[in-house]
Amino acid sequence: MATIQPIAGELEPHPDVALVERVRAGDVSAYDTLVRKYDRQVFRIAQHITQNREDAEDVMQDAFLKAYQKIDQFQGNSKFYTWLVRIAVNESLMRLRKRRTGKMVSIDEDIETDEGNVPRDLADWAPDPEQNYGQAELAEILRKTIQGLPQGFRIVFVLRDVEGLSTEETAETLGLSIPAVKSRLLRARLQLRERLSRYFRKKKRTRPAKLGETRNDK
Amino acid sequence: MTCSEFLALLDDLIDDSVSAETRSELQQHLRGCGHCEVTLNTTRKTIEIYRSHEIYDLPSDLRERLHAAIMARCKKGC
Repeated sequence: MATIQPIAGELEPHPDVALVERVRAGDVSAYDTLVRKYDRQVFRIAQHITQNREDAEDVMQDAFLKAYQKIDQFQGNSKFYTWLVRIAVNESLMRLRKRRTGKMVSIDEDIETDEGNVPRDLADWAPDPEQNYGQAELAEILRKTIQGLPQGFRIVFVLRDVEGLSTEETAETLGLSIPAVKSRLLRARLQLRERLSRYFRKKKRTRPAKLGETRNDK
Repeated sequence: MTCSEFLALLDDLIDDSVSAETRSELQQHLRGCGHCEVTLNTTRKTIEIYRSHEIYDLPSDLRERLHAAIMARCKKGC
């Protein structure tokens, strides 16, 4: 079995490289460390894609099991985390497909929309607008808003802006070109901004918008 | 620079991946365009809010249960 070598001239090898080597040598406790390191991210990504908590629980288990089974196939030319995210995205899409009884599911669905490409709500936001909402209410606003995005935009935004993958890593993970990632990211950011403006824009009166006042975009 | 040209470069500006020359053109546009300034600031804020708020929490009891299930299956060879 080939060992993972850091590319010559690179800085220190990523700490995951040593952990992956230990897993390959049969040290299950090293995998325990990797699971604890990335379980929250995998769970979050699965929730963003499936939008269902039970599915996300299943995806999280299946993704970590699959990564463990396939650890010998991990080449080391990408980060372990990026490789794991790719597995989690695929498992999430498979789970969606299962729920929709075999209907094709891809990250490309629902992206034919022009909404939000040109900003319409040009009102400035209140300073620290999230302060106008309690923690639970804010989380609900953020969830509802991002759930309304087309899937193909939502995944790109989550990987790139929430989970911190680079444009190149996002493209590799989703099997998209770099221009496609950039175009989706711009549209995702603008659409989210537009939708959040309803809650965060400066008000003439002091009462902030309530959740029930949101219009349905679908 | 028009607003459309500014918008096309909005992401590169936010991600700090523009040349010094382009940056100065963008800044010049911003000085005369309140709409694009609002769009830039509120888009930045959108990203920051999603980055800093956990909207899908993994409660510790659920985390431990899932973790135990994963590791049990790994130890059995899956």
